[in-house]
Amino acid sequence: MDISTIFSTMQAEISLAIILIVILLADLILKQPNHKALQGLACGLLVVQIALNIIPVSGEAFGGMYQTSPMASIMKTVLALGTLLVFMQADSWINREDTRHKAGEFYVLTLSTLLGMYYMISAGSFLLFYVGLELASIPIACLVAFDKYRRQSAEAGTKFILNAMFSSALMLYGLSLIYGTCGTMYFNDLPELLTGTPLQIMAMVLFFAGLGFKLSLVPFHMWTPDTYQGAPTSVTAYLSVISKGAAAFALMSILVKVFASMTDNWSMLLSVVIVVTITIANIFAILQHDLKRFMAYSSISQAGYIMLAVLGADAQGMTSLVYYVIVYIVANLAVFGVITTIEQHNGGRVDREAYNGLYKTNPRLSFIMTLALFSLGGIPPFAGFFSKFFVFAAAFHAGHLLVVFLALVNTIISLYYYLLIVKAMYITPNDNPLPTFRSSNMTRASLVICLAGVILLGVISNVYQLLFDNALF
Amino acid sequence: MNILSLFVLVPLLMLLGLWIARNLNQVRGVMVAGSSILLVLAAYLTVSYIGLRNGGATEEMLFTDSITWYAPLHIAYSVGVDGISVVMLLLSAIIVFTGTFASWKLKPLTKEYFMWFTLLSTGVFGFFISTDLFTMFMFYEVALIPMYLLIGVWGSGRKEYSAMKLTLMLMGGSAFLLIGILGIYYGAGAETMNILEIVKHQIPTEIQRIFFPLVFLGFGVLGALFPFHTWSPDGHASAPTAVSMLHAGVLMKLGGYGCFRVAMYLMPTGTAIWGDFFLILTTISVVYGAFSAVVQTDLKYINAYSSVSHCGLVLFALLMATRVSATGAILQMLSHGLMTALFFALIGMIYGRTHTRDIRQLSGLMKIMPFLAVGYVIAGLANLGLPGLSGFIAEMTVFVGSFEHTDIFHRTCTIIATTSIVITAVYILRVVGKILYGTCKNPEHLKLTDATWDERLAVICLIVAVAGLGLAPYWVSNVISNSVEPIISQLIH
Repeated sequence: MDISTIFSTMQAEISLAIILIVILLADLILKQPNHKALQGLACGLLVVQIALNIIPVSGEAFGGMYQTSPMASIMKTVLALGTLLVFMQADSWINREDTRHKAGEFYVLTLSTLLGMYYMISAGSFLLFYVGLELASIPIACLVAFDKYRRQSAEAGTKFILNAMFSSALMLYGLSLIYGTCGTMYFNDLPELLTGTPLQIMAMVLFFAGLGFKLSLVPFHMWTPDTYQGAPTSVTAYLSVISKGAAAFALMSILVKVFASMTDNWSMLLSVVIVVTITIANIFAILQHDLKRFMAYSSISQAGYIMLAVLGADAQGMTSLVYYVIVYIVANLAVFGVITTIEQHNGGRVDREAYNGLYKTNPRLSFIMTLALFSLGGIPPFAGFFSKFFVFAAAFHAGHLLVVFLALVNTIISLYYYLLIVKAMYITPNDNPLPTFRSSNMTRASLVICLAGVILLGVISNVYQLLFDNALF
Repeated sequence: MNILSLFVLVPLLMLLGLWIARNLNQVRGVMVAGSSILLVLAAYLTVSYIGLRNGGATEEMLFTDSITWYAPLHIAYSVGVDGISVVMLLLSAIIVFTGTFASWKLKPLTKEYFMWFTLLSTGVFGFFISTDLFTMFMFYEVALIPMYLLIGVWGSGRKEYSAMKLTLMLMGGSAFLLIGILGIYYGAGAETMNILEIVKHQIPTEIQRIFFPLVFLGFGVLGALFPFHTWSPDGHASAPTAVSMLHAGVLMKLGGYGCFRVAMYLMPTGTAIWGDFFLILTTISVVYGAFSAVVQTDLKYINAYSSVSHCGLVLFALLMATRVSATGAILQMLSHGLMTALFFALIGMIYGRTHTRDIRQLSGLMKIMPFLAVGYVIAGLANLGLPGLSGFIAEMTVFVGSFEHTDIFHRTCTIIATTSIVITAVYILRVVGKILYGTCKNPEHLKLTDATWDERLAVICLIVAVAGLGLAPYWVSNVISNSVEPIISQLIH
């Protein structure tokens, strides 16, 4: 194979790897204190990377070990954009006195997990998929424990790494069964060899469980609230959208492409998991007062809704999934952006009571938060309404009437707890609310981007159309 | 550009204007200008609609237009109006116009209040002009969510509880609706979400059997269908004046309109299967709402239960499914919209002065605030169906139409529902007697003043509309009746 073909097919990964190395070297060479320059460098390079890979590519490399499709390319761009937003929002946290000396590590570790996710998405074999998954998991444990002198953060890191290892082990066992029954790990050859024997169904279930941890589907969700609460808020934001989006995309492409012969089996499994996930997450979310724990349960339930698109199992389902992930990224990052900002000006408070009466003193932040929560709750004319409608349509089209119905009933519960925050900001009186403050320019810019996404993504149908045109398996 | 799109565009421009507005006068200016434009637009639309019909236009919908939105799912922004939607648009425009004046002195956060108010009216106007299921549903939800903040922030009493209850119950209804829409779309197998196209396809009976009750319930919740009406009294009682007006006057009509246009029109077989069951529920609504109103002591609760009764009558008449009764149902929507808005406006004005809505603490208001009191008497008389005012025309048409059925079941339901007229007279006359006449027992109330110019404007507009509908019903009922025809003929087959 020609080296230039490899370069052009894998340009997203290669460009990302180069950026990663440049930042690593820059961190070494630049004189202290260099955090502002590093942030500029990281964001700038990421923008360049996104610009370079804006045109979708497709092709194979290394004999099918690496495959990419237009949809995968778009997904990578989306993830990179999301990471860029996270970098911008990390501004007020990472440049603080106690963390600024290791700001370089934050960027390098985050980008290396992103690289892992790229490989997960574009894997053409379970081997590369597993390597990508590990690359996407282990650095996250370091990120979660980033505020290492805060006990909660260290504890969260430990919980995360133990759970990640456990799920990897489950998945590896499943993969070994697949190799044992089929004699190959390549996605190109597997569909004919996977005929749905009991051993292969077990392999599929184990594989599903492994990714279930990543997506924090019930019953593999136990680590989520603790980790989300303990991790620095920017890392939580990254975990909840980017990591989840990549895993959902990978799960869908593998289930639909590789396990096509077992569609009935995994649809049934997935239907049960979806209903349980959404219901349990919603019920627990109502009880939370810590906003980060609350967002953890909210993100578990959102993962359930994303999985509805997987049930669709066709081009429409794939389109809805990626569209949902995009909308979810902007809405969730808007919420986390507000949480980070408030946290920095409020002595680290993230409980709901800290938001009482926020509208009076910080109307713009409350407004952004409200619209983002409406979007998460599926209220038109915000993007979340459209993305929810499309995943419901995809699952309905595939005949999963009951699942759609139960998920819909659950949207009412989720609306209730999203409205609780709106109520705190607008209605609940507070004698000494948080004083008015001005957040940093980077954070403001990222919030404006998120807000634009929340308002425009639904009303303007071009994004969905673009995805649909590229959504061929 | 299509004239109908202006009904969405003008409120959106108003939102923009409000956002830019820097002081109270600018906010009021934007609101008055915007709502006047909408009123003129609605009047112009009505006149040109009648002109086109008289000129021989026979299409089911006029002013149609369609722009593809989400091509893969055949979603389009399609608009079009028939007689029913035209009168609904006119009603909405009147209520938005008068609602603006009814909340003239509202504080605090006036700007934000009007922004949510305008967003709500965007949803309402959008709903009535849409002919695409998805677009219609979207506007429907746009109209619902502002209620949460409007009641929660600017309401009174148990506002947090009421706001949450109202939002969750209505959103629950829309969850039913969403699955119903998906069922209709995939069940019809048509490559479109346009109602006018879907109706040409036969939806299989089994699909109709499942999805008719879902869609009907989904809209029925907003139409205060028993036993899903409980959000309505709490919500109305806690909402600020103009929101009560808009909500009882227009928003509850979305329910009846949706039941007729979507559930019954697209699923006639489903209507035949489930019609009798829902007819029983609506009969209960009518009588139960009226009886509940008799025992209330809060003025707003009385009107909220009265609304349950009258909106129940709308669904009742629709399910009777004769041409006359369906025309009556639409007339009842109009009439109820106008007189309830008048009622809530007056109650809001009285409450603003006396700071109580408890009828046991009010008396002799006729001498203190004669203008408001006379308005209240007129609203009450319209409500109990005095000939010459709108209520009489509407209820008469409904009951005459319903009596066309000769079988014992429909007759019985009709007779039971008719008793509500008497009960209405009981609670209206009781309230009028208690709070308006007699001597004023509370010396504090003697110092109060009568209506100011903005209040007078709102009240007079509504009284003129109520009386106009009552005195010259022919042109309205004619417009409605012709448009009801295609839907009813669909049902009888």
